[in-house]
Amino acid sequence: MSTYRKSWRPYIGPNDPCPPLEIKYYETPPNLYLGYQPYGLKQFDPSTALFKGTLWPALYAPYSNPYKKKREEEE
Amino acid sequence: MWVYEKKLQYPVKVSKCNPMLAKFLIEQYGGADGELAAALRYLNQRYSIPDKVVGLLTDIGTEEFAHLEMIATMVYKLTKDATPDEMKEAGLGDHYANHDNALFYHNAAGAPWTATYIQAKGDPIADLYEDIAAEEKARATYQWIINMSDDPDLNDGLSFLREREVVHSQRFREAVEILKDERDRKKIF
Repeated sequence: MSTYRKSWRPYIGPNDPCPPLEIKYYETPPNLYLGYQPYGLKQFDPSTALFKGTLWPALYAPYSNPYKKKREEEE
Repeated sequence: MWVYEKKLQYPVKVSKCNPMLAKFLIEQYGGADGELAAALRYLNQRYSIPDKVVGLLTDIGTEEFAHLEMIATMVYKLTKDATPDEMKEAGLGDHYANHDNALFYHNAAGAPWTATYIQAKGDPIADLYEDIAAEEKARATYQWIINMSDDPDLNDGLSFLREREVVHSQRFREAVEILKDERDRKKIF
């Protein structure tokens, strides 16, 4: 199973003017891994699919702000 | 030709009065990777691409207009009751000076939409790779706007639009697979 979010640690300089963002995130959505979609994949029921924006659980990868949690933890 | 259905592809609800979000959202309206650029790019490329993937470009190009309409609705709702002072406070003073509260095809920084945002190279692989890149860029734009928005109802609509970018990218990637497939070649072993 692939993960749809990756992270990396940018260099933190000794004289950086702002408090460091220690971890940077980027998204790696399922379309990067699926290849040509195989037949017979599992489907959402129609009303769920309309809500989620895709019929296919294999393509569903919801997004949320990865930096929000960090800020709340600091407060 | 097209058939118009007088409803949005996905309901648009805005629960907070925050005209500044309209300033950011306009990036997806008249920006380089916005819905207008996407629709016009795909619907134009259709004519010179192999038959097998014309239908895909028609379908996705059409859907992009449905997305454009959703973005327009969001921007409209966020600004329709904003006074000139509120527009100015939201960073929309430049916009107001030129357009009042009307929508216009420009990006978040006010640069008007231009056809140089899109390309039709005539080479099917080059065109489809551009389309894949466009979908990933639009997905990223939605992420950055979601990161700046504190309106859960608005974010719900944006999440839907972002998921559609993922699906479209998948379909364009499959179109490349279809075009590069060697099933017609006689293989002699």
